[in-house]
Amino acid sequence: MKSPGNQKIRQLIKPALHISLFFPAVYLVYGFFAGTIGINPIETITHVTGQWGLRILLLSLAITPLARITRSGWLIQLRRLVGLYCFFYAVLHFSIYLVFDLSLDFGFLVEDILERPYITVGFLTFVILTLLAITSPIRIRQRMAHTMITWNRLHQMVYAAGILSIVHFLWITRVDDTEPLIYALILALLLGYRIRTAYQKIHRRQPNSTALYQ
Amino acid sequence: MFNNIRKNRYPNIGENQVTDQALYEKRRHFIKTGLQAGLGISLSSYLPILAMASAQGLSERIGSAKNTRHLEPNDELNTEEQITHYNNFYELGTGKEDPYRNADALITDPWSVSIEGECENPGEYAIEDILKPHDLEERIYRLRCVEAWSMVVPWIGFPLTELVKHFKPTSKAKYIAFETIYDKESPLPGQNRRSIEWPYREGLRMDEALNPLSFMAVGLYGKVMPNQNGAPLRLVVPWKYGFKSIKSIVKIRFQEDQPPTSWNMTNAREYGFYSNVNPEVSHPRWSQAKERRVGELFKRDTLMFNGYADEVASMYSGMDLGQNY
Repeated sequence: MKSPGNQKIRQLIKPALHISLFFPAVYLVYGFFAGTIGINPIETITHVTGQWGLRILLLSLAITPLARITRSGWLIQLRRLVGLYCFFYAVLHFSIYLVFDLSLDFGFLVEDILERPYITVGFLTFVILTLLAITSPIRIRQRMAHTMITWNRLHQMVYAAGILSIVHFLWITRVDDTEPLIYALILALLLGYRIRTAYQKIHRRQPNSTALYQ
Repeated sequence: MFNNIRKNRYPNIGENQVTDQALYEKRRHFIKTGLQAGLGISLSSYLPILAMASAQGLSERIGSAKNTRHLEPNDELNTEEQITHYNNFYELGTGKEDPYRNADALITDPWSVSIEGECENPGEYAIEDILKPHDLEERIYRLRCVEAWSMVVPWIGFPLTELVKHFKPTSKAKYIAFETIYDKESPLPGQNRRSIEWPYREGLRMDEALNPLSFMAVGLYGKVMPNQNGAPLRLVVPWKYGFKSIKSIVKIRFQEDQPPTSWNMTNAREYGFYSNVNPEVSHPRWSQAKERRVGELFKRDTLMFNGYADEVASMYSGMDLGQNY
């Protein structure tokens, strides 16, 4: 896999990811001022930032399987960048809700979190993503090696964030479930892949362990 | 982006400031020329021969409708673009702009309305005959969607109570049921999917139907009703969530029992028969305490009965509005 072409891809992929993952935000800001994102722009921005947060979360989950299947270990280093873009859209999504829907009324926020299940799961997703984002610097990752919760364990919660955000989407949908269900299917496939590889690891070990007892 | 929002304020003022200026001039000109010809158009409604309401005739009647309900102090009229490009009309698609894009799929000419049930004059009536007896007026109402957005719309039409009286319901008529167009053979684009069970159905208690606020609209902004807003005939009940204001009506039925209504059939826990705007009774999934007026950034407080409490609250006295949502 060390062909010159592959080298080129490696050099270009980060800038390409930055441009494409930042583009939806640029599109929304431009559209807001140009008046091209519909009659109810706050609603559009709320929906679109949520959708991109979820799509990018799924993309971040796809990196590990992709790296395994294509035997391109270097892809793994992209997970952090992609994950942080997911958090970026989650922050936008939550901030717009907090500022424009709630007018920064924190009492109303607490009421919403406690009383409205779709907000509860949405907020939980946001809390998880915040934890993952603040523990994403390499230094913190190294420091966490000696703590109770290992970094890997903590970051497996990204699957919980994925499930919760899809539930959040489904619970606010009035009629057409197609889009959240597509995301649910993708997440199920990705999670299925992870479970399968974990299962295979255990099975590979088993002949060795039984060998000890022979 | 807010250059498309009309910044002019509308206190309690006459129709000349409610209707856009060019249209206003056109109306005045029309009335003037009509009078010069010795025949005001309003006369046409008393002269059956002239009232063979061609489409032209209807748009003229709509254009010269007098405003009878002005804008209220805290409201601003939404623009025609906002009102016609942001609609919930699932027959034409579930996206907010789908009804605008698919508007041509709805054929409104010819159109007839079937009047059925407990009344003295049942039958199948051409839309022209339904409209003929009624003087048209312009009324500015707030529209509050159950999804927590709202608009202010200048409707043109006539009171529902006039229509009801015309067909003479019997004493058995306790409710009035409405249906939207649905042709199984050639469904509208959104009716290919069973997002809700077609046809769309709505209903009112008879006293609600006879409330002076209940309105049958045939136009908005001084023009014939755009298809995406429910042409050619739709209900407007401004103190209830928008979905009660059924569009493109083909059937009106007087009956003794409470009629089934579409959103209640789809999800009874979330949508009740009454569906009165009530900031204190949350939708099971979201709050109804605030709403975003389309065109505004921040949400504003939702008013009890959408601000029409003085005119409608007495109909519900003694009722538990938390139970009868």
